[in-house]
Amino acid sequence: MNQFQYIRPTKQQAAIDAVAKDPNARFIAGGTNLVDLMKRGVMTPQKLVDINRLPLNKIEHQNNGLSIGALALNSAVAEDRQVREKQPLLALALNAGASPQLRNMATVGGNMLQRTRCAYFYDTTMPCNKRQPGTGCGALEGVNRMHAIFGFSDKCIAVHPSDMSVALVALDAVVQVSGPQGNRSIPFADFHRLPGDTPEKDTNLEPGELITGVDVPDGPFTKHVHYQKVRERASYAFALLSVAAALDIDGSNTIKAARLAMGGVAHKPWRLTAAEQALVGKLATEETFRQAAAVAMQGAKAFKHNAYKLKLGPNAIVQALKTAAAA
Amino acid sequence: MNAEPEPGSPRDDSRRTFLKQSSLLTALALVPGPVVSAAEAKLDERVAESIEQVPLSLKVNGKKLKLSVEPRTTLLDLLRENLHLTGTKKGCDYGQCGACTVHVDGQRVNSCLSFAVMHEGKEITTIEGLADGDELHPMQEAFVKHDGFQCGYCTPGQIMSAVACVREGHAGSAAEIREFMSGNICRCGAYSNIVAAIQEVKKGGQKV
Ligand SMILES: Cc1cc2nc3c(=O)[nH]c(=O)nc-3n(C[C@H](O)[C@H](O)[C@H](O)COP(=O)(O)OP(=O)(O)OC[C@H]3O[C@@H](n4cnc5c(N)ncnc54)[C@H](O)[C@@H]3O)c2cc1C
Ligand code: SF4
Ligand code: FES
Ligand code: FES
Repeated sequence: MNQFQYIRPTKQQAAIDAVAKDPNARFIAGGTNLVDLMKRGVMTPQKLVDINRLPLNKIEHQNNGLSIGALALNSAVAEDRQVREKQPLLALALNAGASPQLRNMATVGGNMLQRTRCAYFYDTTMPCNKRQPGTGCGALEGVNRMHAIFGFSDKCIAVHPSDMSVALVALDAVVQVSGPQGNRSIPFADFHRLPGDTPEKDTNLEPGELITGVDVPDGPFTKHVHYQKVRERASYAFALLSVAAALDIDGSNTIKAARLAMGGVAHKPWRLTAAEQALVGKLATEETFRQAAAVAMQGAKAFKHNAYKLKLGPNAIVQALKTAAAA
Repeated sequence: MNAEPEPGSPRDDSRRTFLKQSSLLTALALVPGPVVSAAEAKLDERVAESIEQVPLSLKVNGKKLKLSVEPRTTLLDLLRENLHLTGTKKGCDYGQCGACTVHVDGQRVNSCLSFAVMHEGKEITTIEGLADGDELHPMQEAFVKHDGFQCGYCTPGQIMSAVACVREGHAGSAAEIREFMSGNICRCGAYSNIVAAIQEVKKGGQKV
């Protein structure tokens, strides 16, 4: 691993300045993604700004929503009583990710910013536009079993690997950011981006901007929720594909409100608004769910090795909605 | 920073034997206390002067240590290579197996995926620190009793994880244990015996 300078600021502004002024500096939180990528030479920061001394780990409920600090641990959020009460979908998605040990290290901010698990991105001997712009996309004509079916470009077909983010986009979360230009709020759906011609950019975060937290507004999704994760073993594996489903169902089994998002299908967590609209006002039956799943899959396109996702997708959506309705 | 050497610090004579045995003296640059504290204060707000060595105070298995490490040293490498606590294993070095599991301030983590300097002031417990003298920890005894291992390579990580699993309250059923022990891979496939060992400890109700 390359050598680097290490600082551990106790003031937020000092941390932001350190990264804003130096293009080779990076924040480090839990380290579970950055240390991995540094060991492999995929990321080679010259300076690490350890943000763990900043007071950003609170989980609070106020003003009709949860405010979760960027440094709150994935395990702490998943176990938090208020989170489980107000937003059980978020707890389910978090517990579906990684392992207990990793969740004890991984932070909310770091989770959003974890990089793709595309094998070409990880292998520095391979072409990859995301790692090294202009070198080509190894996955496009290569092994693309894990790759996108929505929103890709001919420059990059990678998917975002975070489970937590699939729940957060479904729940209309808002990312709170502080940077050299001051503070701003970014709706979760606009936080990650599609690859287009610049796949090296995963998100719309500007250089030096620090995630300070994420807000999740209260909603009616406290009961009928499910996070369906399909993976190659029962636990401790990234999703081939996942579905976050949340329903609000009235006494006569009619769907009053619905939220639906998929993971493992695009460069960003993939919110399915058209399918949500297809659910509202209908009876919560398997037939309704099948119809919504068909709407959700419109426009999906597979590559050589991931055509299975075109079938797995709608089935996982139906399964997620059925389980949510029965919860 | 107090003027007196902390018990267990490299300047404390009573620790000399331990240090010799562990050849810590050769592995680590020893920095006098006052220098460490000055450097620490700077480290918090300003750029470290050097990328070579950074001061680090830790408590490892109850012993306070004042060390000096390269920032790129992982906690796992510090434990194994510098402190010669080789009970903690390196399986994958990428967070994928759990062999390197230790407790930091009581929480189980993968020591391969964090830099040692990030644990300034923290308390680390490794498999070597679990037993009470010659008295095995109940989880260690249960692993022996239930044949919770074959080659033994994953075992220190399994045991550290198992203790945390019970403490966290995630050992309520076999299914819950399997899910909350999924961060520890065993290539020998000793899984069912590991689950049995954890269930026995949980049912025994001893303090773990
Ligand atoms: C074996 C393994 C299996 C895994 N399985 C899953 C899984 O199934 N599902 C899943 O979702 N995830 C999984 N993960 C990924 C894991 O969730 C992420 O590594 C973790 O969430 C990253 O958080 P961190 O705090 O450790 O980030 P770090 O590694 O510290 O940082 C990641 C990136 O975010 C930046 N950063 C961190 N915090 C901030 C901030 N506040 N503001 C601005 N920038 C910041 C850093 O500069 C860095 O670029 C797995 C990881 C491993 C190693
Ligand atoms: S899919 Fe994206 S990350 Fe993977 S090789 Fe192509 S450019 Fe790189
Ligand atoms: S060595 Fe750390 S998880 Fe494998
Ligand atoms: S006992 Fe051999 S790897 Fe688990």
